[in-house]
Amino acid sequence: MERVPVLKIGDILLVSIQIDMEDQVALQLQEDLADRIVSTGCHGVIIDISALDIVDSFVGRTLATIASISRVLDAETVVVGMRPAVAITLVELGLSLPGIRTALNVELGMDLLARQRAEEYGDEDDEDEDEADTPAVTAS
Amino acid sequence: MALSAEEASRFAVLLEENQDTLVGIWTDRVAEGLRGRLSRTELQRQTADLFKGFHLALAGGATDLTHEPADELRAQLTELSSNRARQGFSTTETAVSVFSLKEAILPKLGDDVASLQDYIAFSAFVDAAALFTFDSYVRVREELIADQAEQLLELSTPVVKLWEGVVAVPLVGTLDSARAQVVMERLLQTLVDTGSPYAIIDITGVPAVDTQVAQHVLKTVVAARLMGADCIISGIRPQIAQTIVALGIEFGDIATKATLADALRYVLNKSGSRKPRER
Repeated sequence: MERVPVLKIGDILLVSIQIDMEDQVALQLQEDLADRIVSTGCHGVIIDISALDIVDSFVGRTLATIASISRVLDAETVVVGMRPAVAITLVELGLSLPGIRTALNVELGMDLLARQRAEEYGDEDDEDEDEADTPAVTAS
Repeated sequence: MALSAEEASRFAVLLEENQDTLVGIWTDRVAEGLRGRLSRTELQRQTADLFKGFHLALAGGATDLTHEPADELRAQLTELSSNRARQGFSTTETAVSVFSLKEAILPKLGDDVASLQDYIAFSAFVDAAALFTFDSYVRVREELIADQAEQLLELSTPVVKLWEGVVAVPLVGTLDSARAQVVMERLLQTLVDTGSPYAIIDITGVPAVDTQVAQHVLKTVVAARLMGADCIISGIRPQIAQTIVALGIEFGDIATKATLADALRYVLNKSGSRKPRER
């Protein structure tokens, strides 16, 4: 079975979904992520779905579950790069994915996470994080 | 009463013999109908072409407009009516250009019963030709209207970049489902292309907001949110605010501002509070 790779970049886990999200793949990703958050101690998860043409209700719910699980493990989840067609379809279906934070692209997603950490820990932490983020952004 | 083959050839001969006079009279009649909106030379050329078309069709033995020898005539009629439609002539004015041939040809026929029968048959042929111009005239007009509707759709939904990271959609005119769809797709695509986290939907130019329009706007906002961008609705006029409340439309936690300027200030405040810190 195909698996979705989970990459660690600084304080963030980056998941870029490049394959069709079948139900099993989604569930496997949910498990892998939970394990990796605990083993790496990361505080942010970015899930890039810019390559996904279809997001069905199951994938939508799995994303929401992943967000909840990582929040329990003190990691904030941001879903980035949703395509316009996917967004329109989800709205037409009445799925507004409550509880999931979104950003337009990976860069803005990292900004969002950095900002949030800064709000939690004050400005000092923010400077450190930004410096850690910068090479990661250019690398992606 | 359809044209028979002998009648067709008889008329072909008649047309050939009296070409110049007939074209002259025909052009006069058409010119009367058009009241000088086309120059005499232009008309002369057009009728001469048509006349040739009729002659060719009849000489070729066409007893009906759909027959093969009448192909050229049909093409000429199509061209004539599409030109007239584009130049803004009415259907009557276009059809008269064909019908006048009957008036022109009547004096050239004898008084006997046979000629009268010939004339009736020929007249049926000309009628068919005129009806054909009607059809092509309407078709060209409909194409024009469809083109214009499409252009209007394109024109009326620009997405403009207002500031670094802020795009705006000034909506003008009534918002129906088709337009709302176009606006939504354009806006979302622009968000992706420019990576702007903020979008302002300005409804100053929307004459009335009913539940349907509100529904479309709300859908757009929710879709933009799903993609990770924030939408602000601006340009709500006093009457529209009253209508919105009277209709019980809920915008929930979507920011609404009175003017585009207010919305831009709000967005800059929101994004400005983090921008300096990131530098």
